[in-house]
Amino acid sequence: MSSLEQSLPAVEIRAVRKSYGALQALQGVDLTIEQGEFFALLGPNGAGKTTLISVLAGLARADSGTLKVMGHEVTQDYRAARRALGVVPQELVFDPFFSVRETLRIQSGYFGLRHNDDWIDEILENLHLTDKAEVNMRALSGGMKRRVLIGQALVHRPPVIVLDEPTAGVDVELRQTLWKFVQKLNGAGHTILLTTHYLEEAEALCQRVAVLHKGKLVACERISDLLQGQQAATLEEAFMGLIRDVEA
Amino acid sequence: MGVGFATLFGKEVLRFWKVSFQTLLAPLVSTLLYLVVFAQVLGQRISVYPGVGYAEFLVPGLVMMAMLQNAFANSSSSLVQSKITGNLVFVLLAPLSEMEFFLAYVLAAMLRGLLVGSVVLMTAGFFFPLQIHSLLWILVFCLLATGLSGALGVLAGVWAEKFDQMAAWQNFLILPLTFLSGAFYSLHSLPPLWHFISRFNPFFYAIDGFRYGFIGASDVSPWESLLIVGSTCLALSWVTLALLRSGWRVRP
Repeated sequence: MSSLEQSLPAVEIRAVRKSYGALQALQGVDLTIEQGEFFALLGPNGAGKTTLISVLAGLARADSGTLKVMGHEVTQDYRAARRALGVVPQELVFDPFFSVRETLRIQSGYFGLRHNDDWIDEILENLHLTDKAEVNMRALSGGMKRRVLIGQALVHRPPVIVLDEPTAGVDVELRQTLWKFVQKLNGAGHTILLTTHYLEEAEALCQRVAVLHKGKLVACERISDLLQGQQAATLEEAFMGLIRDVEA
Repeated sequence: MGVGFATLFGKEVLRFWKVSFQTLLAPLVSTLLYLVVFAQVLGQRISVYPGVGYAEFLVPGLVMMAMLQNAFANSSSSLVQSKITGNLVFVLLAPLSEMEFFLAYVLAAMLRGLLVGSVVLMTAGFFFPLQIHSLLWILVFCLLATGLSGALGVLAGVWAEKFDQMAAWQNFLILPLTFLSGAFYSLHSLPPLWHFISRFNPFFYAIDGFRYGFIGASDVSPWESLLIVGSTCLALSWVTLALLRSGWRVRP
């Protein structure tokens, strides 16, 4: 990576608007996430978190504004932007025709990687999926499918990883496995963007946090600053206080 | 076109190959049933072209009908299933262009259509001796017709958001177009109104041109069929690509 690339923000979002009919899902969002950060994007249901991730990942198109991943604009320079991004979707989606290993190989191929089995084996091991490698996706439990989703997001070693509510409805063991692996990735330099409703997880893992409310960014600061500003002991208290202030 | 395109194409081929009982053998059985019923029951009473037996006339029509239906089924069902189950997200997150996306689905659909057509043709040829007038015409119409049908399947798959919407395409468009395409009869045997209407059906030209490659006789010139099937294929591809580039129903 050149020194110019090292100085670029991992994610840069400027004046992004997105509407679905009369619903204004995003109303001029500005957000910058630096490389190497473990960043939390919080907000109540319907705040626009998944919409923001969708426009960042190219799954939806913003009405206006610009979005960049590692300096690559997501529509003009979509190939480089998508190579720089790994997304774990919120829904438990899978292709029932394939086994775990086939799923990961296919995902590698989409990103131009033909011989990626060493890294696939490492992912399987880190996500405790080695013994399920040849099992069809249909035969896996919900938690196992979630692990494969995480694996799919990592097959191309993206510098920026987006986790959209990765621990929703999963057991303690998977949470611990997941956070251990994600912290390892963050330690290795990967930027992590996390959305979650489990605020204690965000507080334990992240350095900075942004809060979306009805499509607008109402806070973006270090967790310690947010706690101080809200005179709160926990992130949950600070979050509730912030939402009350905004709605007042 | 790189590894990403090749992977998506390979995945689509693997998808239908893994359920080949349903995607390759079932069409063979249904097509052979048509052949047995129509060729055996009507074969003695009908002569479409002088010197050409009805089975000889019917087999190319049924083979092309099977190719058209299966190429459409492949791209359309794969896309609509992926959209409804949500796993299309894995393709959409990948650094693939709309052209790569489109071609991977269309080429896989063509391959399924061609495999079904080959299996039906070889099996039918075992029971009914067939002649080949021009292999080139046969191959040209195989490729163009399965391409047209595969592209139509992508368009349907992009548009449909529910299984019943896809069933509407199958039952109200593909089925009438394939059955009213001259697979079982010559256009000249139709009343003037149906004759006129059939001239707007691109599947008729696909079947007529393909049949010309076998028996050397056709309702219209194979060049006219080539022009119509080719231009319909190009027009459908252009429209579908334009819709994909706009993000319509795929990247809302």
